[in-house]
Amino acid sequence: MSALLTLDNVWLEYGDKIVLERVDLDIAEGSFISIIGPSGAGKSSFLRLVLGQEAPSRGRILLDDRPLVAECGPDRGVVFQRYSVFPHLTALRNVMFARECAGARFTARLFGRARRAAEEEAAAMLAEVGLGDALHVYPAQLSGGMQQRLAIAQALIARPRVLLLDEPFGALDPGIRQDMHRLILRLWREHGLTVLMVTHDIGEAFKLGTRLLTFDKRRIDPHAPHRFGATAIYDLALKPHVLPADTAAGAEPDADVITIDIIGNNREK
Amino acid sequence: MRWVNIRPSRNGAMLLGAIPLLAILVTYLFASAARHADNPSDKLLPTPGAMVSAMHRLIAQVDPLSGNMLFWMDTAASLQRLGIALGICTLSTLLVGMVLGVLPVARATLGGLVTAIAVIPPIALLPILFIVFGLGETAKVALIVIGVAPFLIRDLADHVARIPQEQLVKAQTLGASSWQLALRVALPQAMPRLIAGLRLSLGPAWVYLISAEAIASDAGLGYRIFLVRRYLSMDVIIPYVAWISLLAIAMDVALAQLSRRGFAWAHRSDR
Repeated sequence: MSALLTLDNVWLEYGDKIVLERVDLDIAEGSFISIIGPSGAGKSSFLRLVLGQEAPSRGRILLDDRPLVAECGPDRGVVFQRYSVFPHLTALRNVMFARECAGARFTARLFGRARRAAEEEAAAMLAEVGLGDALHVYPAQLSGGMQQRLAIAQALIARPRVLLLDEPFGALDPGIRQDMHRLILRLWREHGLTVLMVTHDIGEAFKLGTRLLTFDKRRIDPHAPHRFGATAIYDLALKPHVLPADTAAGAEPDADVITIDIIGNNREK
Repeated sequence: MRWVNIRPSRNGAMLLGAIPLLAILVTYLFASAARHADNPSDKLLPTPGAMVSAMHRLIAQVDPLSGNMLFWMDTAASLQRLGIALGICTLSTLLVGMVLGVLPVARATLGGLVTAIAVIPPIALLPILFIVFGLGETAKVALIVIGVAPFLIRDLADHVARIPQEQLVKAQTLGASSWQLALRVALPQAMPRLIAGLRLSLGPAWVYLISAEAIASDAGLGYRIFLVRRYLSMDVIIPYVAWISLLAIAMDVALAQLSRRGFAWAHRSDR
């Protein structure tokens, strides 16, 4: 199976401070990667690299076997913990944004038939994430969970090759978080998405991911802690999980679906 | 109940707000009456009747020298200067402020220059403007523009630059070019701030307008006030000042309404 996203000996350094070192990863299409690790272990830096917000100081990143341009583009979608949606646009216009940018170079606005088509597509996408009743509402009027639903719909309509989630459910109530887990798993399955999700919640990481990466520093020099960077120290394949909806239908319960693959686990390079 | 928890109702608040205004009015009327009882030809605190008759001459009678009704001629001249100047300010702020806010390279290149211009006291430039542009309309408009635009530009550029990085990244992952980003993400979010900045700038704009008119002009609200000062004509000065405040309040209310109507999303938290 050829990898969708390849990181080949990637380093990220600021001056003499090493943030990430020797990151070697192949990420298969259709996988759901959970990324955990302590604060300051380079999880967000890793996401920024894949997003193209920063360029690696060494090594290369390939997306679909082509070197990744160090600039954000429509092949990678993203949902942040906050500020992911545009506060000045209604839900519908937020989701139409990608279509409008693609359809009208200069005005970034669509008119007539093209506009109606985009509106229908956006409304369908909003209905899919459960915001079918909130088409003409501004984000400030939506709850935190609904704003994240909107942000996901907005990202999905651009049909990204990879969807990057940066602690997307970190600010939500536990109950809402369960709903969001169900939603993201359903979308992941139905749209055949490849997802990279950074999270602080280990339970969430095991529950959602098909593969779990743990970022941390392999070694620490007590006199110069900045001289060793973090890398993926654990790389566990998780058994493909079942949706909570399936559980009700008699499938195995959630807690038992986690198995740890020992291949490549804690491997010294 | 503690004092800090006593909140007036809507009508109560209006009533409370009217009290100081009424108090000043009544105090003035008593003081004016007292002075006129001592000296019927007192000029410092004219009675309402004297103000009405003085203003009647300016509002309703044609001035034989200029062939115009002076009050309306003054108002039109001042509002025209203010309107042109604020229009130029708005356009230049939209152009320069947006470019500075959106493009880090432009900010690095021009940010220092804008800051340097903004800290010059505009009135100190007035002689230069009169020398360069002559005593006509251009110098007066230029004074207001130089006084107001740099502040607006800095404010807008700061505001645009402070749009959360997440939004800019998100827009780019949705395929937005630099131009589309500026047009669809930055500009709409900058507009309410620009209007708020304009509202704050109305005060300084009037100051610069009246300063310029006081020094060299042949019409205008500021010109009239400074002209009749020579004759101690408080019966003209006081109504003119009241009229200027009314115009300023009307502009402020109009801009606030424009912001609420046009950019309702920015005012959600107000309610």
